[in-house]
Amino acid sequence: MAHRYDAIVIGAGHNGLVHAAYLARAGLDVLVLERRHLVGGATVTEELFPGFKYSVYSYVVSLMRPDIIRELDLPRHGLTILPLESTLTPLPDGDCLYRDADRYRTWRDIARFSVRDAEAYEEYGRTLFFMARAVKYLLGIAPPDPTRVRPKDLSGMLGLARHMLGLRKDELHALVKLMTMSAADFLDEWFETDVLKATLSASGIIGTFLGPRSPGTAYVLLHHYMGEIDGHFRAWGFAKGGTGALANAVAGAARELGVEVRTDSPVAHVVVRNGRATGVALENGDVLEAKIVSSSLDPRQTFLRLLDASVLPDELVTAVGKFKFRGSSGKVNLALDAAPDLACLPGHGPHLRGAISISPSVDYLERAYDDAKYGDFSRAPYMDVIIPSMIDPEMAPPGKHVMSCFVQYAPYELREGTWEEKREAFGDTVIDTLSRYMPNLKEIILHRQVVTPWDIEQTVGLSQGNIFQGELSLSQLFFLRPAPGHAEYRTPVRGYYQCGSGTHPGGGIMGAPGRLSATAVLRDLRRPGGRKGQT
Amino acid sequence: MLLPTPFHSRTSALCRSARWRNWSGYASVVAYEATHEYEYYAVRNGSALFDVSPLRKYEIGGPDAALLVSRIITRDPTRCRVGQVLYTTWCDEAGKMIDDGTVQRLEPDLFRITSADANLRWFQDCGLGMDATTRDVTVDLAALALQGPTSREILKSLVTGVDLDALRFFHLADGTVGQIPVTVSRTGYTGDLGYELWVAPTHAEALWDALMEAGRGYGIAPAGLDALDIARIEAALILKEVDYVSTTTALIESRKSSPFEAGLGWTVQPGGRAGFVGARALRAEAESPSRWALAGIEVDWPAIEKLFNAVNLPPLVAGAASRAAVPLYGRGRQIGYATSSTFSPILKRYVALATIERDFATPGSRIDFELTVEFARHKVPARVVDTPFFDPERKRA
Amino acid sequence: MSLDTIVIGAGHNGLVAAAYLARAGQKVLVLERRDVLGGAAATEALFPGYRVNTGAPDAGLFLPRIVDELKLQARGLELIESPAAVCALQPGGRALTLWRDVARSRDEIAAWSPRDAERYPDFVDYMGRMASALRGTSTLTPPDPHDGSARELLGWLRPALRLKGMGRRDMMEFLRILPMSAAELLGDWFENDALKGALGTSAVLGSMQGPQASGTAFRLLYHYQGAENGGFRSSAFVRGGMGRLAEALAAAAREHGAEIRSGASVARVLVEGDTAVGVRLETGDELAARRVVSCVDPRRTLHGLLGAPALGPELNRRVGNIRYRGSTAVLHLALDGLPSVPGVTGVEPITAHIVVSPSLVDLERAYDDAKYGRFSARPCLDMVIHTLLDPALAPPGRHTMSATVRYAPYDLRDAGWDEQRGRLADTILGLLDEYVPEVRPRILHQRLLTPLDWEREYGLTEGGTYHGQMDLDQLLFMRPVPGWGRYRTPVAGLYLCGSGTHPGGGVTGAPGFNAAREVLRD
Repeated sequence: MAHRYDAIVIGAGHNGLVHAAYLARAGLDVLVLERRHLVGGATVTEELFPGFKYSVYSYVVSLMRPDIIRELDLPRHGLTILPLESTLTPLPDGDCLYRDADRYRTWRDIARFSVRDAEAYEEYGRTLFFMARAVKYLLGIAPPDPTRVRPKDLSGMLGLARHMLGLRKDELHALVKLMTMSAADFLDEWFETDVLKATLSASGIIGTFLGPRSPGTAYVLLHHYMGEIDGHFRAWGFAKGGTGALANAVAGAARELGVEVRTDSPVAHVVVRNGRATGVALENGDVLEAKIVSSSLDPRQTFLRLLDASVLPDELVTAVGKFKFRGSSGKVNLALDAAPDLACLPGHGPHLRGAISISPSVDYLERAYDDAKYGDFSRAPYMDVIIPSMIDPEMAPPGKHVMSCFVQYAPYELREGTWEEKREAFGDTVIDTLSRYMPNLKEIILHRQVVTPWDIEQTVGLSQGNIFQGELSLSQLFFLRPAPGHAEYRTPVRGYYQCGSGTHPGGGIMGAPGRLSATAVLRDLRRPGGRKGQT
Repeated sequence: MLLPTPFHSRTSALCRSARWRNWSGYASVVAYEATHEYEYYAVRNGSALFDVSPLRKYEIGGPDAALLVSRIITRDPTRCRVGQVLYTTWCDEAGKMIDDGTVQRLEPDLFRITSADANLRWFQDCGLGMDATTRDVTVDLAALALQGPTSREILKSLVTGVDLDALRFFHLADGTVGQIPVTVSRTGYTGDLGYELWVAPTHAEALWDALMEAGRGYGIAPAGLDALDIARIEAALILKEVDYVSTTTALIESRKSSPFEAGLGWTVQPGGRAGFVGARALRAEAESPSRWALAGIEVDWPAIEKLFNAVNLPPLVAGAASRAAVPLYGRGRQIGYATSSTFSPILKRYVALATIERDFATPGSRIDFELTVEFARHKVPARVVDTPFFDPERKRA
Repeated sequence: MSLDTIVIGAGHNGLVAAAYLARAGQKVLVLERRDVLGGAAATEALFPGYRVNTGAPDAGLFLPRIVDELKLQARGLELIESPAAVCALQPGGRALTLWRDVARSRDEIAAWSPRDAERYPDFVDYMGRMASALRGTSTLTPPDPHDGSARELLGWLRPALRLKGMGRRDMMEFLRILPMSAAELLGDWFENDALKGALGTSAVLGSMQGPQASGTAFRLLYHYQGAENGGFRSSAFVRGGMGRLAEALAAAAREHGAEIRSGASVARVLVEGDTAVGVRLETGDELAARRVVSCVDPRRTLHGLLGAPALGPELNRRVGNIRYRGSTAVLHLALDGLPSVPGVTGVEPITAHIVVSPSLVDLERAYDDAKYGRFSARPCLDMVIHTLLDPALAPPGRHTMSATVRYAPYDLRDAGWDEQRGRLADTILGLLDEYVPEVRPRILHQRLLTPLDWEREYGLTEGGTYHGQMDLDQLLFMRPVPGWGRYRTPVAGLYLCGSGTHPGGGVTGAPGFNAAREVLRD
């Protein structure tokens, strides 16, 4: 007789693994099925060129919930998060804005542009700290449904209301602003220096198909501000060994808890009998049985590919059909013969250990978006560049470097041509743009890999290459993520759960969806560990 | 990365201890010698020369300058004559302190405000709709404090154009040292006779050299922040971020302080002058006082010695000031905390500035001070006393 | 004589407030800077012999309740409704007309997209349901989320319950679409560019945003509030011109004892202690009153008339942060005859709004220019020929044509409006040459009102016709500034009653109505 698992988790992305680990921790017999040959999903490290290792798709781990690191004891399984200390924004005229942990140095650098802004910057940081703290509450709870009157929704809304009203007036106002405004407008209330606003607004557009002047981007800015390391907000980090090391650590923890992880096992569909999920069918024809099935894939895959739409209510099918993916970013991964030289700060220096943000002005970012809006990749794209080998020497052979360029915008749907045709032209644009700030770049490139949203979809399986499994826009957050009425990790099919970034609280290497959904599963199974999610 | 002040070539040559501290992003000497004792006694006995250039300085000018300053600060600048200086604080609209510093009236329509931290944005925003401009002149002005009983004699031998005998406490005058134009204000942060000198950065080194030369016969010594800290506690002068937390840095409401809570109730005009930011809140607070007050306390030194004696140690708390918050107890519960404490070398007493419940803040009130001796916590008797702890005649004379 | 209330500005909201205050027995004086009443909802003799609605073209959003309570019909207010809602001109000489009769619209749309035609009636029904959720809130004072009284919260319970009554699915839908973009909302329903372009025009009013911006779906709904009988936007015009609405309101106010003085420009709100005690006119005359109600926009009231020094720095920052960003210009033309409109047979289709907005992409591109401080190279036009339904507005045989033009940003990057005014007029006429070539040869007079003109002549900060953008963060208790959403100001006795307050811009009368209630409550 075939083995019947307690739970099968589809997809060994970081959320699927976190989910599996928490289920196993509560005593469940769990199997994780991964289509690719390695675990991690978009959280993988691959040695693309001999000796050069890359976090191929993702690059920073700021959002990883500290409680997961602690509860799964991830450091023991190999997770080391190294701080990214600074952000350098080079300007076309050879100047730059350099912000790092040295408060007074940063102050002086901003003050070169505007003393008022230097002063406002600290107050701004404190305001966002409060906002991040206010929203952090939301990261730790399953979203209540405001349109229902079930006791748990009412108590959820009450808790939410109490939390919101517990905020000071000015905090509540700032929160409303952050939830609705554009990053550029929000920053306009604080600053007058264009480059400062630009580089701060950049975190409001990451992963979205929106420009810095589009309302809703202020929230994304906050979402990224919630990166928390050791209790400090806005502390971005880099996982030693690349983001794959994080997935491996979670997988290690999961295995130790008894989880079985099978790679090269693509799932064809979820087996549903009498409205209840009873297992999965693999593409090779095998059928595996389980009491519950959880999908860490994005909502489109979870509902429309793995299930037959007939088992779902029409409204959900329509809602998932409307769910916006609109992948907008790509990556260019470079192998370098030497460290790049920045025109604004030549030579080696601590600035190479941080992020280099190609965001010289708000208009620059907005124009990059304009191109994408009409179906072209940006002629002058926004980039967030890091050189992981500067932080972690094991990422490249001695003296050589790997450079990761997160690039936006690269719209999934091109107005003309296909991404296969345009991939290298896109790569050239990235290199040309970067060369303006790094004059020696072209001479030191040994290898280059260009990852487009289409490639992300093909390889990792993220619909339209959206790195968040669906845009973080207001109409796709909280109780609306992924669809109104289906935001509590459960689905209309009994025993079938969602646990990916397409659920609350959304994308980034955060792990919160995987953990919160595990809590929901355990509660349904009346298992300990299904206690209320903590904040 | 710390910046050099305009006096750096001189201070660094003299700083044999190589002990520096970050003061608003500038490298500041903690103590020139291995210990700060000599420097401290220079304040009380000869003259100590402090480089106070990292202070922030702002100039507010224009037809509405007096209006703007009166909007910002809790004291009334319209009563401040040209050539006079006010010590004051300023608050946000909730009446909580943002910063404190001095206001110099240079001309009828020109004020200079010194402060611990950056305030340009606040001052400018307070002046919206007024015909007044605020400029940050921090880097345009180097500053020295010459503090101690012989400071007047040193300056008399050096400065021309200022009648130093007539220059009263909290007044200023322009003069020259050789060819160098300097502004001399009779102000300081030590509670002693002393002056502060304001000069263009290009003349900074020449002024330093002239002072050191002229002071040679008067016991002048360059002095660092450790000595300054002891002197200012003896004088019961509060320090931002130590004795109170500014609204601009407080992470939670309860950390903020009103002037009444920080011992600066006297800067809020009796009868409640309206028109300054926070006036409404402070008027309300004057009517129903806050639970907290600032008090000077003196800890029973023999009791401290006894505790150390019991474990065969000398009283290790002597010598230096401490900014560690220390719990205070009264009637069997915690009633506050000391924010700055020091052994006063001149008074031979252990004194502290403390935030305590108002009921306990009257002089004579008996409380307990927590002291850790050899890893064990003890309660040492202490009492609330009048401040300043040390207040020599010469300061005002 | 001792005045109870001085109302600054005889815009429609000021007059509504004045009429209600006078009706409640207050001694009211209205002071208007200009010689005409109505503010930006006025009718003026821009050209000899012509009466032109200089700003707002129609009164479709005006609250029927005010019309009834103030008996405005008896005082000369007559609304004329066109059977058409909008006539959308298309490239190639075609036109798509949407009618107030849904079935007729459906037939018309069928020529463009049978699929969209099929869905249109459902869409109208759907938008009606969504808009009704909004409508109940316009005459309520926004609750203070911290210390709202029980009575007010109960008031807000009613629309909340109405939301409940919508059924769970509609309610979720309402919450879902509020932050959405008009492009997404319309894209959910329709495929045809001509239809979406026509429907999208009202979504971009009230804020300098393109149809792809989050929040434009809300503005689409906002304008649907005035379109209960089918059409997607109001085409309720005022016989004799919009000025008649102001005159009817003024008559109501006067009948209840209010005095209305035009040509009386207020220079200053006078304050003693923390209380408003009256106003000083530009002439230097001072008028005392127990309270002052300003229909002037919030920044101009608080920073201009009151003066920033009377407020604290924290509120001043908020007032300074209000986003106005006027981006609407209006071109008024006097024509020597009715131009024939390609693609249109008969005059019936063009008796309401005639728009040039062939697709949402065109609209978005028009916005792109504005983002970088330029007026749109190919602007979106929304035109009304008022003389078709009301010929008395022009000499016999002559016509007026008023085109609302987007986007014309207040802040031009390269040169000021005084230099670029002519270039914008050329651009508009060039576009008209493509769509209605007969217009240009028929022009007898023309007058272009740019955002700078709105500011200079009509007193609108940054030419913002909505007294502050209708963005989601500038609504409810965040309008005009966070924490002061209840018509009051930190100065006792000084109130705001203009479009800068809840529920916002457009000729609704609701802000004036609500402000009067709050004044009386105090």
